[in-house]
Amino acid sequence: MYTHGVTSRARIARWLALIPLVLLAGALLSCGGHRETALERVRRTGILRWGGDIQGGEPYVFEDPGQPGRLIGFEVEVADAVAREMGVQAEFVQNDWSNLVPSLERGSFDVIMNGLEVTPARADTVLFTRPYFVFSAQLVTRRDDESATSLDALENHRVGTLASSFSWEILRERPVEVVAYEGTEEPYADLRAGRLDGVLLDDIIATRYGLVHPELHLTEDVADGYYAVACRQRETELCEAIDEALAAIAARGELRQILARWEIDNERQARLASWTDEDTHAMLLVRQRATFTAHHAWLFVEGAAVTLLVSVLAMALAILLGLQLALARMYGPKPLAAVATSYVELFRGTPVLLQLHVLYFGIMPAIRAGIGVDAGTEYDAFFAAVVGLGLNYAAYEAEIYRAGIQAIPPGQMEAATVLGMSTSLALRRIIVPQAFRIALPGVTNDFIALLKDSSLVSVITVVELTKRMTITAIDVRSYLLPGLLCAGLYLALSYPLSLLSRRLEAQLARESS
Amino acid sequence: MSSQESPETRTSTEPEAPRDASGTPVISVDKLVKKYGERTVLKGVSFDIQPGQVVALVGPSGGGKSTALRCMTGLEPFHDGAIRVGDAKLTPGPLARHKHELARLRLESGLVFQTWHLFPHMTALENVHEAPVHVKRVPLEVARNKAKVLLEKVGLSHRQDAMPRNMSGGEQQRCAIARALAMEPKVLFMDEPTSALDPQRVGDLVELLDHLKTSEKLTFVIVTHEMKFAEKLADRTLVLYEGHVIEDGHPKDILVAPKDPRTRTFLGLDDA
Repeated sequence: MYTHGVTSRARIARWLALIPLVLLAGALLSCGGHRETALERVRRTGILRWGGDIQGGEPYVFEDPGQPGRLIGFEVEVADAVAREMGVQAEFVQNDWSNLVPSLERGSFDVIMNGLEVTPARADTVLFTRPYFVFSAQLVTRRDDESATSLDALENHRVGTLASSFSWEILRERPVEVVAYEGTEEPYADLRAGRLDGVLLDDIIATRYGLVHPELHLTEDVADGYYAVACRQRETELCEAIDEALAAIAARGELRQILARWEIDNERQARLASWTDEDTHAMLLVRQRATFTAHHAWLFVEGAAVTLLVSVLAMALAILLGLQLALARMYGPKPLAAVATSYVELFRGTPVLLQLHVLYFGIMPAIRAGIGVDAGTEYDAFFAAVVGLGLNYAAYEAEIYRAGIQAIPPGQMEAATVLGMSTSLALRRIIVPQAFRIALPGVTNDFIALLKDSSLVSVITVVELTKRMTITAIDVRSYLLPGLLCAGLYLALSYPLSLLSRRLEAQLARESS
Repeated sequence: MSSQESPETRTSTEPEAPRDASGTPVISVDKLVKKYGERTVLKGVSFDIQPGQVVALVGPSGGGKSTALRCMTGLEPFHDGAIRVGDAKLTPGPLARHKHELARLRLESGLVFQTWHLFPHMTALENVHEAPVHVKRVPLEVARNKAKVLLEKVGLSHRQDAMPRNMSGGEQQRCAIARALAMEPKVLFMDEPTSALDPQRVGDLVELLDHLKTSEKLTFVIVTHEMKFAEKLADRTLVLYEGHVIEDGHPKDILVAPKDPRTRTFLGLDDA
């Protein structure tokens, strides 16, 4: 008792000692004094931190192939020139491209400078300086497609682009079917495979990823767009300082020299030297912000229908194939069992995202080429989504059924055998029906998981519920309502299944007791 | 049965069995040898069983009676000797090599397991007509009607729609008997039919089997460790001890005057 008293007193004393610390921290946090602006901090530390993604590659910012670890690219040189102009040093911060804006808002770096196109949606969330590069949204088509003479000629045709890009915003105003991609290679791959009739993207991307293929050609320069430096909202001082620095290096020709060194200078860049604040103002003219309407809600329901359809079809495939795999593993001849085991390990051991990519961009075009049907269709993506998810989930189903079959007492097979049933008849009539009952709660859980995993198929251009949500969120500049609606729809799909799964489990527990 | 070979001559080492029926045996077991790894469980077992006999296979656990049953029902391969059940002839070697003879064996014989192994996802009636419909391709209606008759015979007609999990042990056993009979076997094997029954139910079972013996013209081979049950039901008892048949005769005779001293030990007569 005595020692216990000492230790508990000591503990209380330790806690009491913390109180001044807590108070001090609170005082520091609530201190109402002058808050340092971003520009003041940059000046004080002498460092301008700029965010980008070296995966974007040449010519933006990337690792020197001859000197790994050293970053090169025209944006590195522009950043250095801007920083020099401001009397500070530029410091690169690596960040996944798709998360650049959220990371900027979180304060991971001071500005973004990484081929970030000025779009109305972005201009609403960040501050843009004047541009440091004028690009052209270029329409690339197949050389043998003589009808594709301009974007107007592609009315009602499928045109690919990067999701949420400047080109994407243009295409959405046109009467074409927009197909959104996450990467720069994939749209041109689909264009060559005949799944698209055109691709609209920045000239830098078009030159490097599209026009390198001899069967593709440049059809039309559709519109000019701009790469500009993005700062956080409210950090006007920093934005203005960078804007002035850009104006200075543009005015004395340094900017175009950099672009020329990287072989991306052209007559469009002439506008940079004579750029005025009015030009910036015109560039940033924000299109009327969309509000969430019944039409959006209807598109969400459509997205949910796609999610449900992909999931149901993929699950049907997974159940059928998974059962065959489980039976092959347990009752098949050795070579077949080995194939089934390898299948399960391969599909469980590799990311489903990779499998979807390989199937859609690799295997399907190869098969088409092999059987001599070279024209891909708009249904390719949906087909690949169903087959890709189905093949992947079959591996998991196989394991659930295997466990279910193993849970059936061996006496059941013997009872069927002495009644004269063959192994396959006994499996079909006696073993599998019982195993399926045992596996059913697991299958239901897998289906719920599949409903959510189906959002992955947006990487192969299928617009399902989650993709619809991100598109709408960008439109209405808010994730709140679209996010809640999206979550609500997922819940509406999965909760009844959840209930069903729980009921099945309860029933199973009753029966086995 | 006319095409069968003449009854084999018995080896001199085995005790002579009383023959209450003459002619062609329905079961012939000849010098059966079965090993589990290094351990030899059946060391050259031979016996014949005549049609219509009710034979109890008794003996201490580990004596080989269950193994003999599993060999005769084609659930276990054996190493030497031969088994004939009706027209089905089993020879040593892996079961997968004898598919044809095993299929014939299934038509000649039925087995009621110790724990019945009813199909839990089917009603009592479905359990009974499952094999006739899917193995013998009997039309469903015909098989259903026959299954109902069988359930009535075993006293379960009021339970035809019950699921096995809702049936008592005795009911499940009766259903398993009906399921085996639905395939119209010549021989019905039963493994330890009394082990899961209350003592008062054993009398009901004896009554049922007695009834079936005459009405279905069946031959029964019943594995049991209970000499009392064998005495009530069987007209012949084989005692299997350490892989040999050490006793073969009427159960009453064995109880009163066992030939082999080891039988006395098994029966507990020496303790008295």
